[in-house]
Amino acid sequence: MHVTVVGAGVAGLTTALALAKGGAIVTVVEAGTSLGVNSCSRYAGGMLAPWCEAESAEPLVTRLGQEALAYWPAVHTATEQRGSLVLAPARDTPDLERFARRTTEHALLDADAIAALEPDLAGRFRTALFFSREGHLDPRAALISLAAAVTRQGVEIQFGTAFEMGTLAGGTVVDCRGFSATDRLRDLRGVKGEMLILRCPGVCLSRPVRLLHPRFPLYIVPRGDGIFMIGATMVESGERHRVTARSVVELLNAAYTLHPAFAEAEILEMGADARPAFPDNLPRVRSSGGVVSVNGLFRHGFLLSPALARRAADYILHGIQDPEVWDENPCQ
Amino acid sequence: MELYGVTVGSRLLLGTAQYPSPAILADAVRQSGAEIVTVSLRRESGNERNGQGFWSLVRDLGVRVLPNTAGCHTAREAITTAQMAREVFETNWIKLEVIGNHDTLQPDVFGLVEAARSLSADGFEVFPYTTEDLVVGERLLDAGCRVLMPWGAPIGSGRGLNNVYGLRMMRAHFPDVPLVVDAGIGLPSQAAQAMELGYDAILLNTAVARAGKPAQMAHAFAQAIAAGREAYIAEPMPMRDMASPSTPVLGMAML
Repeated sequence: MHVTVVGAGVAGLTTALALAKGGAIVTVVEAGTSLGVNSCSRYAGGMLAPWCEAESAEPLVTRLGQEALAYWPAVHTATEQRGSLVLAPARDTPDLERFARRTTEHALLDADAIAALEPDLAGRFRTALFFSREGHLDPRAALISLAAAVTRQGVEIQFGTAFEMGTLAGGTVVDCRGFSATDRLRDLRGVKGEMLILRCPGVCLSRPVRLLHPRFPLYIVPRGDGIFMIGATMVESGERHRVTARSVVELLNAAYTLHPAFAEAEILEMGADARPAFPDNLPRVRSSGGVVSVNGLFRHGFLLSPALARRAADYILHGIQDPEVWDENPCQ
Repeated sequence: MELYGVTVGSRLLLGTAQYPSPAILADAVRQSGAEIVTVSLRRESGNERNGQGFWSLVRDLGVRVLPNTAGCHTAREAITTAQMAREVFETNWIKLEVIGNHDTLQPDVFGLVEAARSLSADGFEVFPYTTEDLVVGERLLDAGCRVLMPWGAPIGSGRGLNNVYGLRMMRAHFPDVPLVVDAGIGLPSQAAQAMELGYDAILLNTAVARAGKPAQMAHAFAQAIAAGREAYIAEPMPMRDMASPSTPVLGMAML
């Protein structure tokens, strides 16, 4: 069976890998000229945090997301599994209580326990939630590892190749174009996220730290070598790449609240892109017009793509539909 | 209830921000019975074209949209945002917020009056987010407003009615102006209390959006607001300091 996967972002490459491992002959076509340049996964936090996400996401995200914890270390050996930490400034402790109520698999830490986990945060926060089973990865490095794994399966990735439905001859087509697929998926919308990358050698963190914020979930993910990613805003907008002054101020305030040394950090990069989301913010595998779509991963690209890829491959190779991620196209 | 000549059945106005997903928002709007929803143009867009995905979902709810100027800190900013909202949502209605303080999100009443005057002259029908101050209320009416929306407590605080005395005064002072408690409501009982004071409607967002089950909370608010309204119409008994027996004591020996 020959399958063409359109899109070499995290959804496309995980799907290609699952199909190739299942015995299909797979080609990946990608509009961007090189790996990741046109993918919103480039701006991802890379947190593998199925339990933390339950604070705002449906239980399905927590269920499917657990598959990512076994998947990524096998594909990308630099995947870290050191848990994640959730903190709130003293004035926002009711938000921490709410977070604890809405999530599971966490332990409540006092100041001493916080200091033992993250010595640089000693004396700065009185309580925290620790999700010990969660992990994180560097999305750009992980995408390179994933592309290498796909290539090892004999899959060709053609960059700079635009998707034109009529020109793809024969075989099955899987549309993994993310937000670019709004031409076919009319109920898909963009939710803009903005992020910063800072260099701050004065601070050492071993795991992602979430700082509760009344307007959007903020997190700081250590990338190693004194580099940190700070994300991410949530704006109901399909706009890509424009970073606003307001968002930068909010993100930097969060970093500064976590540790004053961030005031001296060097700003390496500011970035933004639109996350593809369906109205319930849940992912879908959908078959319509002879094309299978894998989309709507929203803010959970690295967390949910392993589970979605497996289900898309199960459908394409074996005809198995998982009702949890399957839907009929409501716009046809 | 009539707001700028439009008869509205539901006395609950619902905000559309902070829901876990647009699908949950839609469910909450249905359960609330709300006929008016507020939409923040500024935070939800970036520019006019890019917010279309979310706005079309809001329009599909089939309810009247009251755009707001949330996050604006000056009259000029609020006016620009209102003009943009009129283009995008094709309505003259605007919920006017001019924020004076970042931590308390309390209205800058000076900027508010200035923006209300300018927008009213420009044909807008302004719903001003204000304090319970009577003189500010009068200035807003002078500026052209036909509805006043005093806060119960700071936005998103869920503290209920901080100044019951002030809100009662406001109701008495403006007997014929539609008054909507906007902001600070956390619980259905607080919404019912405002309705019992004679307020015409309640505008809320966080209390529903950040509830564990937003749709169910929306339904709870709808019932509380209806109950409070009915209680107000039914003329509550006066409060008194001493007990008053509910069964007649005539004929019993008083020793």
